[in-house]
Order: sequence, then C-alpha cells, then structure tokens
Amino acid sequence: MTTTSYDPADPYAGSRETTEGRIYTVTGNDWDTTLGADVTGEERLVVNMGPQHPSTHGVLRLVLDLEGETVTKARVVIGYLHTGIEKNTEYRTWTQGTTFVTRMDYLSPLYNEAAYCLAVEKLLGIQAPQRAQTIRVLVMELNRIASHLVALATFGMEMGALTGMTNGFREREMVLDLLEEITGLRMNHAYIRPGGLAQDLPEGAEGSIREWLRIMPARVADFHRLLTGQPIWQRRLKDVGYLDLTGCVAMGVTGPVLRATGLPWDLRKVEPYLGYETYDFEVPTADTCDAWGRYLVRMAEVNESLRIIEQALDRLEPGPVMVEDKKIAWPAQLSLGSDGMGNSLDHVRHIMGQSMEALIHHFKLVTEGFRVPAGQVYVPIESPRGELGYHVVSDGGTRPWRVHVREPSFVNLQATAAMSEGGMLADVIAAIASLDPVMGGCDR
Amino acid sequence: MTGPGDRSGRTEASEGATAPSGGFRKGAFGVTGSGDTSGFGGLVRVEPGGAVALHSTERPYGGYFDEVTDALVDAVGEQTYAAAVQRVLVDRGEITYFVVREHLLTLVRALRDDEALRFELCSSLSGVDYLDSGGPAAAPGRPRLHVVYHLTSMTYRRRIRLEVAVTAEDPHVPSVVGVYPTADWHERETYDMFGVVFDGHPSLTRILMPDDWDGFPQRKDYPLGGVPVEYHDATIPPPDTRRSYR
Repeated sequence: MTTTSYDPADPYAGSRETTEGRIYTVTGNDWDTTLGADVTGEERLVVNMGPQHPSTHGVLRLVLDLEGETVTKARVVIGYLHTGIEKNTEYRTWTQGTTFVTRMDYLSPLYNEAAYCLAVEKLLGIQAPQRAQTIRVLVMELNRIASHLVALATFGMEMGALTGMTNGFREREMVLDLLEEITGLRMNHAYIRPGGLAQDLPEGAEGSIREWLRIMPARVADFHRLLTGQPIWQRRLKDVGYLDLTGCVAMGVTGPVLRATGLPWDLRKVEPYLGYETYDFEVPTADTCDAWGRYLVRMAEVNESLRIIEQALDRLEPGPVMVEDKKIAWPAQLSLGSDGMGNSLDHVRHIMGQSMEALIHHFKLVTEGFRVPAGQVYVPIESPRGELGYHVVSDGGTRPWRVHVREPSFVNLQATAAMSEGGMLADVIAAIASLDPVMGGCDR
Repeated sequence: MTGPGDRSGRTEASEGATAPSGGFRKGAFGVTGSGDTSGFGGLVRVEPGGAVALHSTERPYGGYFDEVTDALVDAVGEQTYAAAVQRVLVDRGEITYFVVREHLLTLVRALRDDEALRFELCSSLSGVDYLDSGGPAAAPGRPRLHVVYHLTSMTYRRRIRLEVAVTAEDPHVPSVVGVYPTADWHERETYDMFGVVFDGHPSLTRILMPDDWDGFPQRKDYPLGGVPVEYHDATIPPPDTRRSYR
C-alpha cells in the first residue's frame, strides 16, 4: 500500500516539474506529519513487518498497530507474489494448464495438479484409470507429509526451535527424493495430467517408498520427543492464535486449523474423491482452537498419511495410467531413453515411418490439444492447508475460458487479524505460522 | 513496471483477430490479413458458446437439489423466489441458480440462516468474464461479468452455486461480507481482477495488483503486453493476438 498524499508545502517531501515528469524529493523526517492523525496520544506504534521477513512465510506483509507489546490492529497486505497464473491458463491448452497450476502452492504442487485435472476430467466426463487414481492418492499423501514437515520446520524456526527446522527439512528431503524418483522433479512436477498421469511409477519406486515407510515413523516420534514435550514449545503455542469453530466457518478457514476446533471436516471423508472412501484412516482433531492444537493435528495427519500410502502401495495393480481415448491421452506413449524422458521409439517409428494419420493426430494433439465441452465445474479437494477448490469454465474450446482457484492460504490468511489482535507481538508469529500460509498459492 | 499502457506488441494487422465474432468464428487460427492460402482462413463455425447456456433445467432437478430449492422457496416465499431466481441450471452434477442482484442478499441470508438450508460456508467467490461468448444471442450491453458464489452446507454436506450477472457499464453487486465475512478478500480480488463493484463492502481496494494499477487484468478485453525483441524491430505479439487454435 502506498501513501500518495504529497503536500507541496511540505519541506521534507517537495516536488518539482521536469521535462521527465514530476520529481518527488523525499527526505524523511515526516513521521509526525504522516502519523499526526494519532489523536489518542497513546504510545501507539505502527510496525511494518515484511514483506521480506523470515518469520512471515515468504512475502507476506503485516502492518501492526502496537500499544507496548500488545497488538491492537493487524492488517495483512498480500499480492507481492502475484504472477497471473489464472490468466495464463487461458492462453494454454488444457494439458499445459497443469504446468501452470503446479507452480501456485509450491509446497503442495501435486494437490494443485490433482484438483485441476479432476475438474477438467469432470468437464470432459471421464475418469482416470484405477492405477492412475491410486498413484495420485499415493503421491498426494507423500506431498502432504512433505508440506506438513515444512509447516513444522518453519514453525520451529519461527518459535526459536532451530533443530526443529533442520530436522523438518531433512525429513522433507527424503520425501522430495521419493517424488523426484517418481515424477522426475522435486517440485512443480506436472505429473498428474488430465486423463491420468504423465508416466507410470518407475521400477524400484515401490521399494524406495517401502524403505522410507520403515524409517519415517521413528522420525515422527523424534519430532514428538524434540518438540511436543518441551515446556518452552508448549508455552509458546498454547492459547495462542485462538480461533473457534464459529470464527473459522465465518472466515472460511478450513484444513488443520478448522480441525483443531474439534470439527472433523476433511473433504477426503465428507466428500470423497479418487476412492478415498475405501482407505482406512482417521481424521485427527483437537479441541483447543489454538496453535498448539494445530501443531498436534498436523503431526497426527503425518501418521495418517503414512497409513494411506501403505494401503495405496498394497492395492497397486498393473494397468494403464492414462485413459484409452487417444483424442485426450497426452502424453501417453512415453519411455525413458538414455537422454531422458521422451516419446517411445516405437511410437516415433509408428508416426514417422508407418502412418501419416498417426503423425497428423500426434501433431494436432500436441499443438491444438483437445476440446472440452462447454460448462463449468467446481472441484474441491483437501489440500494440506484446507479446501483447495478449482472453478473451471470451458467455452468448448481447446483452452480454458476461466480457471479460478479457491486457495486455502488466501482464505485462511484473512483470519490473521481475528487471531492476533489483542495478543502479544511475538504471538502474531505463532498465529501465522499455525495457519501455514504459502504465499505462492495465496497470490497466485 | 510494465503497465497496461505498454502495448508495444499489439500490431495493426492483428487487431482484427479478436474482434467480437457475434456468435461465429472465422478461420482456424484467429489470424486475419495474413494472405492465408491454406483455406482454413475461410472456415466459418458457429461458436459453441454453451458456457452461458441460456436454457433452464426443468424440475425435478434430481438429488438434493429439489430439497434445497423447496427449502429456499419456503424460506424466502414463492414470490421473492420467482423474482430473484431467473433460471436454474443443473449440469455435471452441480446446480447453479442465476440470481438478480436486487435479491441476492435476501437469498444468501436465507441460505445461511434457514434450518433446512444451512449453507454456513462460502467456499469461493470469483468472477468470470463471458465477453461475447454465448452464441448469436450476444449483444452489446449484455451482462458479461458474472460473479460466482460457491456455497457449502457443512451440516447437510451439500454444495450449490449462485451466479449474478452484470454489465461492464454498471458493474454493481451488493456485497455479501455482512453475511459471509470470508467474502471480504474474495470480493476485493474480484474487484481487482474484473472491476465488479461490491456495494457495501467495508474497504473495496485492490488486493493482488498494485494500488495504482489501471484496468482489470482478468477481463477478456484487457490488453496484454507483447515482448519487444531487440533485433530488427521484431516483437513477440501479445498472447491473445498470436496464431492459435480456437
């Protein structure tokens, strides 16, 4: 936000006309004139925090009114990471959309891909094959653990528990290694595509995941030993950032923050998708409505995700990972060569040497893409931060007419003022950390 | 900062490519005046335009949609319902009520408070600019800006969608912040991106774009910037005027 009320008579902020336009000279020392409106005469201090501050989870800016150490007003300023992704998708094909949306919430890219693809599939009236659905669940839950680990790690860092940070990122690295083995990339995977997946699980991935599943429970227990019982940690979190059920629903807050008020609202349970109703897992809740409860809920969710991953691995059956409709299935005929992933040699031989029609079809599918029947859908899924909804509109063309993302970070951040006004300055950090916002998702 | 005034990429020749098509599309790539000899330039297609399908679904709607509609009629009264809801569309398992803005607040209040409805959560609120899509019915002054509300009933586990359409010349919609406080930032974003003015919003300012930004970026007629290339005065045209399949 900028203040643009320049007083020409102000000796400290004069301006003059030049051939280049008006030039302002700002020399400072104008604090009294700009804040002269403070009529209370109280020791009111306006502190600007961010947008470049290590404790604000990226480029979040807070404008805090302080009386002593008590926050009387908290204003949140966002938009520093706005990249126009929603608009960009309108100029790309439906398949290319995945590569854009995955870059929004960079801690949970696979959720963005999955929700976007589910929306496109709902518009098309198709369903990904069973194996693709199971792998989607598998990678999403891996992603949930990675995301929660960052939430816990940054939480630790912001509360001064630096070992929590190093441990959290170390554990997350293991998950990213798995995702790299499966999708080829640590983040921004573009692995889930409309109609299925970009590629099948590589050989050996299942073994790596099972190996990791053996290690991980002990690491979660370590986290509990490191932080949960620690008196400083407890005192920093308990009764901090209070927001009850009514407040959450009014502010639209979902995810672990809502579940920490005691309501087991988890879209995987209440509106199951991708066959989540067939998995055996609990929805952890807490009834403290504070940062402590949110911490415990996230920790418990890591364990539940481990259970889901194990079940997903057990039920993996061989089969296709992309719909059979050749008019939609792209990329399909891929294989791993010595120079990386690309079209399989068989496919290249077929389109280049045997069938002109196949070549035309391949060319049209890659450059033009497929058409999606006109209409609009809203598909919500449970991301690590809450309800991630995709409102996708098609006009019947080869590109989306409109993609709107209901981003949980964006919505949840609205509750910052409700959670931190009247509290201490240091507790603002705890409140925001317990919301776990990701600015890439918030600003899109 | 590159503002919307920087349109170095927009060339005269490509100007006609995105002109309102009046329900028809000409050519395959959206390029005119290029001396196209392929024959595709002469292709004429009726626009699909179903995105704003103007038909209405007849009852029964199926599923819980009938229960919700009955409860809504009971809550606001038959007369108000008939005046407030222009048409109802059930598509792909989702129900959309097209609402006139004068009655929007009456409806959302009933939707939130009535015991048989209980749509406690406003999941999402956003805009869509339909511009001239919608087939031959497209005409100037038609309500192209749509505000879309996704409401969730956590009690009954139901979802519905409300849609309010306004013209770009008179883009006023009553704010629902008083009913759903979560709509605060959503409405600011919709104002920021589409220029819809939400009357009664406590502080309707830009939220994602800088405060001094001109124009509303997600409107379909917002000029996009091209990329100047410092070589032989070449320019990469803005995305909406490039050759592309339509």
